[in-house]
Amino acid sequence: MATLHALSTYLAMGGYAVYVWPAYGATFAVLGGLTLYCRGRYRRSERILEALQRQLGPRR
Amino acid sequence: MINRFANPARFMRLSAAILPWCAAATVALLAIGLYLALVVAPPDYQQGEAVRIMYVHVPAAWLALSVYLFIAVASGVALVSRHPLAEIAARSAAPIGAGFTFICLVTGSLWGRPIWGTWWVWDARLTSVLVLFFLYLGYIALVNGFDDPARGAKAGSVLALVGVVNLPIIKFSVDWWNTLHQPASVLRLGAPTIALSMLVPLLVMAAAFWLLFATLLMVRMRTGLNERKALALRLNRMPVPSSVRAEPASPASESVASAGPALR
Repeated sequence: MATLHALSTYLAMGGYAVYVWPAYGATFAVLGGLTLYCRGRYRRSERILEALQRQLGPRR
Repeated sequence: MINRFANPARFMRLSAAILPWCAAATVALLAIGLYLALVVAPPDYQQGEAVRIMYVHVPAAWLALSVYLFIAVASGVALVSRHPLAEIAARSAAPIGAGFTFICLVTGSLWGRPIWGTWWVWDARLTSVLVLFFLYLGYIALVNGFDDPARGAKAGSVLALVGVVNLPIIKFSVDWWNTLHQPASVLRLGAPTIALSMLVPLLVMAAAFWLLFATLLMVRMRTGLNERKALALRLNRMPVPSSVRAEPASPASESVASAGPALR
C-alpha cells in the first residue's frame, strides 16, 4: 500500500504530471519514430541493392 | 586528402564497424540519463517537478542548433569540393535535426504553460527556433524537389548556408531582446549557473542525444550510399548489361567496356 502511494505520488510529479509526462512521451515518440523510419529505409536499400547485385552477377 | 579519408567505400567499412557500438552506447546513456533526470535529479525550488522537462528540452535545443551547423558546414564542403560524402552527410542529417527542433518546440510549449502561463509567445527566442524548424523543412523539400539530385543538392546547400544567420540570432536572442525565455545557464561565459545535481543529468542526456544523432546519421548515410549505388547499377545495366560483370583485368570485358559509351 505504501509503495503504491509512493508510486502515485511520483507519477503525479508534484501536480505537473500533465506537462512532464507528455513532454517525455513526445520526445521518445519522435526519436523512436525517427529511428524506425531510418532503420526501415536502410533495410529496404540493402534489400534492393542485394537484389540488383544478384541480378547483375558478382560484385566487382 | 579528403578523398583519401572520406571515400565512400572506406566510410561503409568504418561505419559498419562503429555502428553497433554507437547504437549500444546510445541505449545505455539514454537509460542512465532517464533515470538521472526522472528519479535522481532534485525538484527545482521554484519550478518543482516541472523542471524535469529541462532534461529533454535543452539537449534537444542544443542538437537542433548543432545539427543545423553540421548541415551548413557539410553543404559548404559539398559546394566547394563536390565531395559526394559531404552532400550525402548534409541531406542525411536534415530530418534528424528537424526531429530535434520539433521536440524542442513541443517540450518548450509544455514547459511554458505551467511556468509562464502560456503555451506560446511570439518573442525572439521562440520565433527564431520556429524559423529554424521551417528552414529544416524547406531544406528537405528543396533537396528532394528536383528531378536532378545534383541540382537539388546545390539549391539545398545554398539555403543551408544562408540560413546560418539564424543560429546566432537564436543563441543570443535571450540577451538581445526582452523575452520570457531564461538566459543561458550552461553554455555561457564563466561557470555554469546551474547546480551540479541538475547539470550532470543534463549533460548525460545531451551525450545520449549526440550519440543518437551519430547513430542515425551513419544509418542514413549508409542508406544514401546504397541508394546511389543501386541507381548507378540500374543506369549501367541499360546500355550494356555485361559491363557491370566485367572482371578487372580481362581483355574481353575491356573491349565490352570501351564499346559502351554511357558506362562511366
